[in-house]
Amino acid sequence: MNTSLILLLILIVGFAAYLAGRSRAIATSNGKLSVLHSLPGYHGTYAAICAIIPATIVLAVWAIAAPAYIDSAVRNALPQTVLSQGAATSELALGQVKSVANGLNLLDDAELAALNNGSANLRDVLAAKGVPLAGEGEAYMVKSAAQFNQMTATSRVLMAVVVLLISAAGAVFALRGISAPFRARNQVERVMLWTLMLASSIAILTTIGIVGSMLSEAIRFFNSVSPASFFFGTVWDPRFAAAGSEATQGQFGLLPLLAGTLYIAFVAMLFAVPIGLFAAIYMSEYARPGVRSIAKPLLEILAGIPTIVYGFFALVTVGPFLRDISAQLNGLVTGNYVSFIQAQSVLTAGIVMGIMLIPFVSSLSDDIITQVPRALRDGSLGLGATRSETIKKVVLPAALPGIVGALLLTASRAVGETMIVVLAAGVAARMQLNPFEAMTTVTVKIVNQLTGDLEFNSPQTLVAFALGITLFCITLCLNIYALYIVRKYREQYE
Amino acid sequence: MNMMSEAAVEKALDQKMNAVPFKMIGKDVSVYYGEKRALFDVNLNVRENTVTALIGPSGCGKSTFLRTLNRMNDTIDNCRVMGKITLDEDDIYDPSIDVVELRARVGMVFQKPNPFPKSIYENVSYGPKIHGLARSKADFDQIVEQSLQKAGLWNEVKDRLHEPGTGLSGGQQQRLCIARAVAVSPEVILMDEPCSALDPIATAKVEELIHELRTNFTIVIVTHSMQQAARVSQRTAMFHLGNLVEENDTDKMFTNPDDQRTQDYIMGRFG
Repeated sequence: MNTSLILLLILIVGFAAYLAGRSRAIATSNGKLSVLHSLPGYHGTYAAICAIIPATIVLAVWAIAAPAYIDSAVRNALPQTVLSQGAATSELALGQVKSVANGLNLLDDAELAALNNGSANLRDVLAAKGVPLAGEGEAYMVKSAAQFNQMTATSRVLMAVVVLLISAAGAVFALRGISAPFRARNQVERVMLWTLMLASSIAILTTIGIVGSMLSEAIRFFNSVSPASFFFGTVWDPRFAAAGSEATQGQFGLLPLLAGTLYIAFVAMLFAVPIGLFAAIYMSEYARPGVRSIAKPLLEILAGIPTIVYGFFALVTVGPFLRDISAQLNGLVTGNYVSFIQAQSVLTAGIVMGIMLIPFVSSLSDDIITQVPRALRDGSLGLGATRSETIKKVVLPAALPGIVGALLLTASRAVGETMIVVLAAGVAARMQLNPFEAMTTVTVKIVNQLTGDLEFNSPQTLVAFALGITLFCITLCLNIYALYIVRKYREQYE
Repeated sequence: MNMMSEAAVEKALDQKMNAVPFKMIGKDVSVYYGEKRALFDVNLNVRENTVTALIGPSGCGKSTFLRTLNRMNDTIDNCRVMGKITLDEDDIYDPSIDVVELRARVGMVFQKPNPFPKSIYENVSYGPKIHGLARSKADFDQIVEQSLQKAGLWNEVKDRLHEPGTGLSGGQQQRLCIARAVAVSPEVILMDEPCSALDPIATAKVEELIHELRTNFTIVIVTHSMQQAARVSQRTAMFHLGNLVEENDTDKMFTNPDDQRTQDYIMGRFG
């Protein structure tokens, strides 16, 4: 009996428990529903919960634990000659045993008998059934595979029986507990609470897990490269991870990457902040409701465009355009038609990333500007100030802390942005100030170091995790500070 | 000098309110919010150097009328104003009128104190600065001091002019808003329930202030409190369901009103 069928049966038991619980509750009330503490529906739900949840948990645990147990049992039963050759060999043998086991299920009795008395070749027989085998099968494998199949079958049956018994027991337990004063409603409420808590803790635990795994890999990296040379190194030259060449280690200086990241983010903000802010002011202060209801979603569509598309745009359109126009400009001024802006440059990446950030700036700032109380605007208008005077001297200063918070949030996006810079910024890790030349960012290097055929224990790949955790810390700090500012600002007017 | 003019006003009051000239004249004023009509052909005149109180139950249109006097209704999207309102002879809804200049002549104080999130000094100097009423620092200092003095706040804040206006108490904030309005030297000051967010002591101070401001300004005040109307105003206008029910000398209004509805409202039978 497979797992989904068992799950279906549990649900059926649960539904039956619901119906039974409801009718039992109605019967208990003797026609007067008001004597019940909880409505019949709650009693039914409680019975269904008792029937479904414990059984499902046991099912899940069994489904995870049983294969692991069977594996270890079969592995231990492998011949001593295989086990003595080390973990890798026995793991390989176990894999073969499993595919043999898979194949055995497809054979009929005659073929099985032929196999057992040695008259048929294992590999050929299985290949005929469409099950490929990595090597020549060995005699012990058939025995182990049979053991594996048998244990799996037993486990399945046992699992079905146990789980369904638990489900039924849960239902019976709940149904026997039904009485007028029983607080089924509160119990259901508690289960709801736990479900919701489970959902949010999964999100939080995942985050912790990701950080933890990054941290552990980063620590492995720092075992071979000192943190000082990583954080304060000015040269990025990781070399290739040549097999067995421990001596030729590259240099992993973070600073050129960090400089590129911050420089490109700065250029992007230079484009995004004024445009986004002006758009936000227009939306919140000038636009009539009709215009606003169309223009605002349109602007926010920009935020929905996948960043890889912006990357194309930078690579195919903006970069060449800037290169060509710089050549024209140079020609007009000096007579020498050589472009001074490279197609992949800080400027290209900055402009395109700036376009991507406009909706973030405008949407966040718009919310904040709209939060400035109308009374302040009226006060200023009532003194005879014009609209733009009111915005400049009253609304914007009042909204400033919130806007700064919004800009920090945007900046943290700019720092973490990957696809645009991968395509538009270039890969040269340099420290320089010319925006017309290529620079590279932390995210680009993470992509570079993890692309291709790699072994995951050399500093050349592990450095990606150190870069990742550094980036994570930077954006985390920016976000926390921004949220702190925004929250403080909110309290001011509430 | 101040004493003289105040005495003159008191005398004028004693004689006959009707002798005081009109500062603003509202003729057949109607206001629509979209399809909904909020005011029905109101004819109400505001007399110079007089406190005119607008009373009436909630939603009767008194605030709406007040806001037509300096075109603050313009800031509400679907609001239309019909009829004619003049300020000294000038039709304020005439296309040639500059709204910004109008609002400098007809200042406004709002229901909730709304000081700008700036220093006390900057709050008061805000209006003069945008209207170019002063150039040198000394001129500004003088305007700020005078305005705060007129608003009766100078002694309380003179040592902390550069602290934020939002740090003052509610009553002080409202007087700061009055100082801010006074600093532009308007001719008329509109007050929209200026004391509704204040405690009784702060209210008393603001009422006293309104009484003093009358010598220099024409004041129109919307209030929910009939006692307040009786205390601070010389003329009272009663609104009901968007109509002007009665306009009269305050004394007469509260002792012997002409209209039965005014009588009922003042006696607390509705509203």
